[in-house]
Amino acid sequence: MPKVSMTVNGETVSGDVEGRTLLVQFLREHLGLTGTHVGCDTAQCGACVVHVNGDSVKSCNVFAAALDGASVTTIEGMANADGTLGVVQQAFQDHHGLQCGFCTPGMVMTAADLLKRNPNPTEAEVRAYLEGNICRCTGYHNIVKAIMAAAANMSGAKVAAE
Amino acid sequence: MYAFDYVKAGSVSDAVAALGDEAQPISGGQTLIPTLKARLAMPSKLVDLTGIAELKSISVSGGVVKIGGAVTHGAVADSADVKGAIPALASLAGHIGDPAVRHRGTIGGSVANNDPSACYPSACLGLGATIHTSGGDIAADDFFQGMFATALGEGQIVTGVSFPVPEKAAYMKFVQPASRFALVGVFVSKGAGGVRVAVTGASESGVFRWSAAEQALAGNFSASAVPSAPSSDGMIGDLHGSPEYRAHLVSVMTKRAVAAC
Ligand SMILES: Cc1cc2nc3c(=O)[nH]c(=O)nc-3n(C[C@H](O)[C@H](O)[C@H](O)COP(=O)(O)OP(=O)(O)OC[C@H]3O[C@@H](n4cnc5c(N)ncnc54)[C@H](O)[C@@H]3O)c2cc1C
Ligand code: FES
Ligand code: FES
Repeated sequence: MPKVSMTVNGETVSGDVEGRTLLVQFLREHLGLTGTHVGCDTAQCGACVVHVNGDSVKSCNVFAAALDGASVTTIEGMANADGTLGVVQQAFQDHHGLQCGFCTPGMVMTAADLLKRNPNPTEAEVRAYLEGNICRCTGYHNIVKAIMAAAANMSGAKVAAE
Repeated sequence: MYAFDYVKAGSVSDAVAALGDEAQPISGGQTLIPTLKARLAMPSKLVDLTGIAELKSISVSGGVVKIGGAVTHGAVADSADVKGAIPALASLAGHIGDPAVRHRGTIGGSVANNDPSACYPSACLGLGATIHTSGGDIAADDFFQGMFATALGEGQIVTGVSFPVPEKAAYMKFVQPASRFALVGVFVSKGAGGVRVAVTGASESGVFRWSAAEQALAGNFSASAVPSAPSSDGMIGDLHGSPEYRAHLVSVMTKRAVAAC
């Protein structure tokens, strides 16, 4: 069995996995990090998106064994150090960016990936980046609103710090 | 998913040595993992190519863009070198699937898989690329041999693709919104080798060159010179579009691609 060791939300973890163990299984079943959801298990819905070395990836469609040495961030790693919600999470709450919440972990992770690359996206850019994240509840409008607000809050925070 | 052994190859020769019978290479896994989940493939061993440094570089020199087999779609889309030399290629890569798929899926996997609706095969054929394999170089014109079929030898891997830099080129994709693949996609280029028009998504025989359009455009490179729809014989028909619909789209998307060149 391949042995993997990776950094998950800043902590070093390691374990033996079968070749067929998916990253999402490793996170949920081996590490107990159940914030990452499985919606479709076929790489379509984006509920399972996490960051691998800073890039958004569908964790249902990558093997844990492929990621030896990688740094992974899940939704559990998005809160601030004091446990309060991170900027993107807070924006989803403020703008009603969720209803049932099933898609939300993936939405937040994809949004954070976008804002890292493009801190001031247009609404069209936000919608395009969410191509692989499906929500059956909200109709997307409030998700987009939340991400636009998060972008504004982040650049506001930067200006305040300067 | 059935159980299998998993090995990470450190070099191309490692990978080839590990690829005995029943073993299969895995690159980004974006196509292979769903295939394994559906139990449509049952390898005894997977050989992971994504740790092979020599497959991960992009270079531009002497009028050729060379992309390693394990380079992700996202890396091609973001590459300043590719954007500068062949913007149509960077744009094609940046519109494959969605961001998360682009962060894992690779050019080697896409070309080796030769899905009849995939984007990269049309760029390879439309630019007259050379496919580098562990068994030697193969011209794109000879490499793609029908739906999911290629000239890649048994136990060999795609190590990279070299694209000659054209004078101008464009890719136009009519997206099938559920799968995000091309319902029909057309890659057009004009360069030292003349005009090339490569079509994906349309034919039961996979990616193909539309020679009638190439001839018409060689004399007059303008959207108005593009012939009307080719015959719908042998075109794909499914719930997303009939053969006639796809044949019509071939002409429409070719016109759009020429106009965008
Ligand atoms: C939601 C979704 C949307 C997508 N949309 C598009 C789209 O719009 N356009 C498009 O073109 N594609 C699309 N794809 C497919 C995606 O581009 C895949 O990444 C690609 O087809 C396969 O690349 P991979 O690196 O993931 O290969 P893998 O899945 O790892 O492998 C695919 C096949 O190729 C073999 N293989 C892999 N690498 C090599 C190699 N170097 N040499 C020899 N054989 C090899 C494997 O054994 C396997 O049979 C989409 C996929 C998903 C999940
Ligand atoms: S659960 Fe991974 S994409 Fe749907
Ligand atoms: S909030 Fe229910 S799926 Fe998006």
